[in-house]
Amino acid sequence: MTQTPAQIPAKREITTKPRFSDKVFRGVVTGGGLSSLVILGLILAFLLYNGYSTLKQQGIHFLTSSNWQAVVADSGAVDIKNSHFGIAAMLIGTMIVAVIAVIVGVPISVGAAVYLTFYAPASIKKIMVTAIDLMAAFPSVLFGLWGFFVLESSGEYWAKLLNKYFSWVPFFKLPAPYVTRSPFIAGLVLAIMIIPIVTSVSREIFSQTPLDRIQAAYALGGTRFAMLRAVAFPYARSGIVGGVMLGLGRAMGETVAVYTVLNIVYQVNWQILLSAGGNVASMILLKFGEASPYEVKALMAAGLVLFVLTLIVNSIANLIVTRTGKSGR
Amino acid sequence: MSIDPGSNSGNNQGDDMDTTAQTNSLAGIAASRVHVQPGTQALGVGLEARGVHAWFGEKHVLSNVSLDFWPGTVTALIGPSGCGKSTFIRTLNRMHEFIPTAAMAGEVLLNGEDIYAPGVDVTKIRLKVGMVFQKPNPFPSMTIAENVLAGLKLAQLKVENKDDLLEECLERAGLWAEVKDRLNTHGGALSGGQQQRLCIARALAVRPQVLLMDEPCSALDPGSTLRIEETISQLSSTVTIIIVTHNMQQAARVSDYTAFFLSDGGPGQMIEVGSTNEIFSRPKDKRTENYVTGRFG
Repeated sequence: MTQTPAQIPAKREITTKPRFSDKVFRGVVTGGGLSSLVILGLILAFLLYNGYSTLKQQGIHFLTSSNWQAVVADSGAVDIKNSHFGIAAMLIGTMIVAVIAVIVGVPISVGAAVYLTFYAPASIKKIMVTAIDLMAAFPSVLFGLWGFFVLESSGEYWAKLLNKYFSWVPFFKLPAPYVTRSPFIAGLVLAIMIIPIVTSVSREIFSQTPLDRIQAAYALGGTRFAMLRAVAFPYARSGIVGGVMLGLGRAMGETVAVYTVLNIVYQVNWQILLSAGGNVASMILLKFGEASPYEVKALMAAGLVLFVLTLIVNSIANLIVTRTGKSGR
Repeated sequence: MSIDPGSNSGNNQGDDMDTTAQTNSLAGIAASRVHVQPGTQALGVGLEARGVHAWFGEKHVLSNVSLDFWPGTVTALIGPSGCGKSTFIRTLNRMHEFIPTAAMAGEVLLNGEDIYAPGVDVTKIRLKVGMVFQKPNPFPSMTIAENVLAGLKLAQLKVENKDDLLEECLERAGLWAEVKDRLNTHGGALSGGQQQRLCIARALAVRPQVLLMDEPCSALDPGSTLRIEETISQLSSTVTIIIVTHNMQQAARVSDYTAFFLSDGGPGQMIEVGSTNEIFSRPKDKRTENYVTGRFG
């Protein structure tokens, strides 16, 4: 075992000469893999290029103020000095609506996934999986319209109920008696929209739960519920968090459905039942049609902030997944 | 273990083994062996299979198996692959029905009561009839200690002193000395053999009356196998053990009784049962003899 250093040979470099066909295929898949990164990079560069001037002018106020005013002088030129762009209300509104969507949508989705994987008979499972996939492909404007015409009226009742019994929770206070087109309703619409994606990701993960561990739990006298708690949930947890992040990403970026349902107000509002909310993506849609080229730049800056926010949320989620490690896998 | 006729001999054909048990009835054999088991609980309780058949869908995989398992004994089930022995032991703790389309007929009596009777709580059956699987399957999200005590949590059992139980079970599974300093680390870091003994400890923690082992050593190296066989020998005075094995030396080393299963293309059947000594030295059926002497299988 004891060797003098002189006897140890130098490490050999191990190489393989790939075939030509292999090289071609490698090039094709590498191109496919990198293209998404390139596209993302180009979008980011575009937003940075266009939004930079607004960010520079407004500075930190772009994030902290809620004032959005593009002042145009009589001459038709933009009055840069008196124009103010701040998206605080929109940013906070975006997060509030997305969080409501996750709080409402995720338990339903995970419940549905557990039912489909561990309880549903094969026939029902087949029908439900198809229905959920269909729901995922549904155009978001239809969700918005449905939310506006149908959910609005019943949501109004729930909102009043929440306010009546939970008004001691700051979020459920109502400073004015307006409960339609609130972040609460928008959150509900988004919840319904993220259910398909979160359900199908969770179902996929649950269905991969190792059979031998499930059997071990049953063989120890566990009920199905006990098995779920001891085996399936620890195994699926990180995957579910991933699904939730996809849902959260969709909820934060959703434009049309929120635009249809939500009353956009340029003021930070934490009262989710009140008919006043904000959403970066919907605001961009709202303003884009009539915006001057100067204001469009401010909208680009808002888009950039949304982009970064999504990135941050995803990174935090990744961190949570790796931190809570020992993920039962 | 002094009562084990096969444990001291590596020679399956040996004629020098204990020949007291000659009768073909397993109950009779067990009764005639009572005197060699001082201190164990009184006979008269146990696990009995009565005319057990099993199907997967339309496929009849096991036909008419009747077999008794007396307390404090180790029974080995041997036979070539696909002969229904794993299916059979899975009918003994109702893990068989876990597979969709699985069906069975006949009765399995635990202490005289049919475990398939309507109204029987299947989780209670599985508490009394524990199982160790072919592949070690500790819960990777749990620590070693949590793994051992997992059954209590799963079945919502209360115990006075968890630490004592933990030590006792790991001790009985022959793992205590190796893991006592790292009870709060994760079970996944153990070797395959240690993981399997952890699974045995886990199965023991709910105090089963019977322990089913489905090829518990087939994924392990010889050293770990030996260690688990020692564990089985130590356990057999307190727990009834039924072990499926492809390793005939193992059957000869650890078991008191051996049942030989075979499928002739149709459903698996039990060809012969007797004391391990008898099966390996003087099998009554030609097919058993061919199998144990290595002529096929």
